[in-house]
Amino acid sequence: MLVLSGLLVVVLGFAFRVNPLLVVTVAGLVTGLTGGLGFLKTLATLGHAFTESRYVAIVWLVLPVIGLLERAGLKERAREVVTGMQRATAGRVLLAYLALRQVTAALGLVSLGGHPQMVRPLIAPMAEGAAERDVHDIDDATRHLVRAHAAAADNIGVFFGEDIFIAIGSILLIKGVMEQAGIIVLPTRLALWAIPTAIAAFVVHGARLLLLDRRLAARNTRAA
Amino acid sequence: MITLEFLYRLMGILTAAAALINLRDRTNQNRVPNASFWGLWSVSFLFGSYLPDLANGVLILGMVAVATLRGVRAGTDDSTTSAERIASARRWGNRLFLPALAVPVFTLLANATIGHLTIDGTPLVQPKQVTLVALGVATLASLAIGMLMLRPPARAPFTEARRLLDAVGWAAMLPQLLAALGAVFAAAGVGAAVSTLASAAIPSGAPLLSVAAYTIGMALLTMLMGNAFAAFPVMTLGIALPLLVTGMHGDPTIIAAIGMLSGFCGTLMTPMAANFNLVPVALLDLPDRYAVIRVQVPTALLLLVVNTALLYFLAFPR
Repeated sequence: MLVLSGLLVVVLGFAFRVNPLLVVTVAGLVTGLTGGLGFLKTLATLGHAFTESRYVAIVWLVLPVIGLLERAGLKERAREVVTGMQRATAGRVLLAYLALRQVTAALGLVSLGGHPQMVRPLIAPMAEGAAERDVHDIDDATRHLVRAHAAAADNIGVFFGEDIFIAIGSILLIKGVMEQAGIIVLPTRLALWAIPTAIAAFVVHGARLLLLDRRLAARNTRAA
Repeated sequence: MITLEFLYRLMGILTAAAALINLRDRTNQNRVPNASFWGLWSVSFLFGSYLPDLANGVLILGMVAVATLRGVRAGTDDSTTSAERIASARRWGNRLFLPALAVPVFTLLANATIGHLTIDGTPLVQPKQVTLVALGVATLASLAIGMLMLRPPARAPFTEARRLLDAVGWAAMLPQLLAALGAVFAAAGVGAAVSTLASAAIPSGAPLLSVAAYTIGMALLTMLMGNAFAAFPVMTLGIALPLLVTGMHGDPTIIAAIGMLSGFCGTLMTPMAANFNLVPVALLDLPDRYAVIRVQVPTALLLLVVNTALLYFLAFPR
């Protein structure tokens, strides 16, 4: 059970808002040490795993393109497109994105989204631009809330869309784990049974996005 | 054959450029820590495959020390001004969206094609790495389109990438470090230990309790481990199969499908899922580290209730 002390480090570290890089590194070292590896062997294990995990950072290769477009006014253009459409409120913009993200993920098009390539340069400026137009003298807290909602719409859309696609990693993992236990499950049936939760996710989060619009509108009447 | 090593070289060049530009930027008070952080990461990308494991471990300690003690902070950038951007946005209009949308479109195209290319019978791309190589190829092609269209100074891709990397800061490296932690957890047998604990704590009796033990257990363990994939085997083999499938004759397909989605509810609520929950905080310049998680928690909890109900009502013979 001592091997679980790494998890304890993680929980305490995040709860007390210690720098996450430090928390994770210490958790890795503690796990290795309590597992009896010794310091050098533990550090080597962590170094090996880190090097093998470099593929996780490949998403950042998109930064030169995004930076180049931001330099040429991409965010400003995204903002302008939405502010020109009076009916496109922050909540509705994000609702449309949630639907798009869920549907495309369900078709296996998971790469049509993501925080560096879609949310930062396009979706967040669109939602923030709409909120800016609709809320007089918008304060920073409101801006930040709208931006956080843009990131959340991307996450919720992809999580509760991708499992409807039969060749996605999670479906293949389920199939593999169940097979090890001697139970054969069909990817098509797994995907089918992801649909009820997907619909619930759209209803629940969609309703919250429309409530966000009402909250934004309420800030106006309070100010007036 | 093109492998991940090709992409690591590209990332190595990108982070090395970020280090060099920072080092020469006298306006940034934090230029040396910034340059050290990106420089060490660059060494890991360029030479990580050839260095001994211990040296790679020392690189991590170096990056963490710099990030914790001095931080990675953006200086004044040499990008365009706000007025220039507004003027440029007017000039280019919706054409600006083309290179941005080219990234996913090219990724899909490359994904569908490069796996089939061969030279003298050997595949052009390592078959297991097609998805990631496709993303790399797509970003290069989109960058080329952007450069041809906008005709910025030749160094712009590097200075702009450095501006964004500095803005994201050390959070850029966190998802990779968490993946490494996951591997260390797996090697040390953390999953097995949790499984032992979980099966000891299983409530017996009421069916709804057993169902909730699985769905809530999936969410909680996912929060601890950072992803549902690590939690799924532990909770499914430890709780779902003995209790729900063998004990209550539930349909294993429905149980597994909804169990995984209950794990995703946990993913929405944990800083351990850094690429989803902490990286956007840095990308969107939010002052509260947990701002995205805060927004997601109500949806995640409601969906966890929905999943528990769905499992309870749909998975068992009546």
